[in-house]
Amino acid sequence: MTIQQIVFIVFALIITAGGVGVLVQRNPLYSAFSLILSFIGLAAMYILMGAQFLGVIQIVVYAGAIMVLFVFVIMLLNVRDDELHPDRHKYLLYIGVPLGLGLIAEVFYVVTRVQIAPAITDMHATGTVGTVERIGVGLLTEYLLPFEATSVLILMAVIGAMHLAKREKE
Amino acid sequence: MPLLLFSQPFMDSPLIPLIIEWSLKIFFIFGGLMTALAYLTWFERRVLAYIQMRLGPNRVGPAGLLQPLADGIKFIFKEDIVPLDADKFLYTLAPIMSLVPALTCYVLLPFGDKFVMPGLNREIPLHITHVNVGVLAIFALTGMGVYGIVLAGYASNNKYSLMGGLRSSAQMVSYELAMVMSIIGVLLQAGSLDLVEICKHQAGWFGMQWHLFTYPPTGIIGFFIFLIAMVAETNRVPFDLPEAETELVAGFHTEYSSMKFAMFFIAEYANMVTASAMATILFLGGWMGPFVDQFPLLGPVYFTAKVGFFLFLYVWLRGTLPRYRYDQLMNLGWKFLLPLSLVNLVLTATIALFFM
Amino acid sequence: MVPLSWYLALSAVLFTMGAVGILIKRNVIAVLLCLEMMLNAANLALVAFSSFFQQTDGQLLVFLVMVVAAAEAGVGLAIVISVFRNRETLDVDESHLMKL
Repeated sequence: MTIQQIVFIVFALIITAGGVGVLVQRNPLYSAFSLILSFIGLAAMYILMGAQFLGVIQIVVYAGAIMVLFVFVIMLLNVRDDELHPDRHKYLLYIGVPLGLGLIAEVFYVVTRVQIAPAITDMHATGTVGTVERIGVGLLTEYLLPFEATSVLILMAVIGAMHLAKREKE
Repeated sequence: MPLLLFSQPFMDSPLIPLIIEWSLKIFFIFGGLMTALAYLTWFERRVLAYIQMRLGPNRVGPAGLLQPLADGIKFIFKEDIVPLDADKFLYTLAPIMSLVPALTCYVLLPFGDKFVMPGLNREIPLHITHVNVGVLAIFALTGMGVYGIVLAGYASNNKYSLMGGLRSSAQMVSYELAMVMSIIGVLLQAGSLDLVEICKHQAGWFGMQWHLFTYPPTGIIGFFIFLIAMVAETNRVPFDLPEAETELVAGFHTEYSSMKFAMFFIAEYANMVTASAMATILFLGGWMGPFVDQFPLLGPVYFTAKVGFFLFLYVWLRGTLPRYRYDQLMNLGWKFLLPLSLVNLVLTATIALFFM
Repeated sequence: MVPLSWYLALSAVLFTMGAVGILIKRNVIAVLLCLEMMLNAANLALVAFSSFFQQTDGQLLVFLVMVVAAAEAGVGLAIVISVFRNRETLDVDESHLMKL
């Protein structure tokens, strides 16, 4: 077992623990922090794969901006406990978990059966795919249209969010 | 090897001397840093006292120099109170979440160029790690620092703390935008996200190559936006809304005492030093100065002097300016600094395209 | 070297947890969190393929997904706030009508 595999297993455990935390916590704030743990683990995974830019951006954007928004809203509404009716939807648990297990079994079956083209073996040695230069050039040449489209999307989202959250004037 | 984040020399050198070198560097940088942070409190109180025509702490030791030690002992021996209704786990986690990212930043900061160790004939770079997305990594870490304050506000179960936490999260996210936008001009000039490369780009011409002076006037505009945003980002006067004592008792750390409070305190000062170091590296040439090529060990001296200037600026502002109102703070961030930094970026790009 | 299938397995596990979460969680904010988790699982698979076949495209797609996720979180949370103002609850089943 190489050092990379050990690192992978450690961070995979962290990510999975974070994911499980999101599911079992009743307090949404605890869920949010479990998810942040997961995101930090994912950033480490990206760096392990040589995607250094995405690894850092994962923390800046997801952990540093999106999750702050979530935490801010949770604190603003200040709903301490899941003051909901768990009993009414007990059956969803019994449907959801087996369905999830089914989905996961299916995916594993596909992953083990499908023959994937052999990876380039010394990929990490030369790998410059994840550098800022490559991503920047890609975004501003080949992917210019999607890039501009997402910028319009985010402008729309800003205006929409402001309009939705604005208090109606009495 | 997968860890492309690190530079190539790290891969080529043998492991054992490297580990010794790293351990020594970490020991010296963090030892020096923690001492410096302790003396920063003394420095702040003395300077503030002189601004207000007082003397400041001068009883413990010569000129009050042992005051930080006395404060430290006091913090350790105070009673550690956890409020009855607090969320115990989050209440303990909050100071840790605040301190760890603040201290981790120092792993990334370059204090000087590499110098050759006499006798060993070994080239030692004056920074702990060399990450080629350094600027982003620093912003990632400082962004994580918000959670400490937010958690403290939530876990204390106190309305003043909650208000402080809410204010802090809104403020830090707002000003981070202006801060990042203001430095893109610099990154455009340096052509790199690597802190060491950014410093080296500003070498020569006795400081006239600093990003503060290049591409006039965009360098100066960007510098002032960064300066305002960095004061807001570290929650210092005049933007210390999260702990505004006239409105919120002590804001997010109202309920904290003993070492838990000390950890918030240290984190705040560590963030001040990080922000000052970033301003130095991005706009004032980092370790660059006269004769630094001949004597690489002058680098850390220049670096410390420049950082010291910014720290003095922090104290000076605190002694001079009144606190902003919350809506004024948000207006300044969103309606003035952010548009100005966008215009500045366009201006920088125009100059780079047509005049360089 | 870590085989590609490990990354894909992790991605599948994360995606399934997100999907199960959306089914069993009743709090709107928790549901949105699970949605983010599913997006991240997709991102992990994309980055894994991208770095294994040495093509930048997967990582560019991840970048765009992150932008879309930010927009989604912003609008989603704004809707959550306005729904909470009107109904005083975060239960997804309480807001099954498109009007007040």
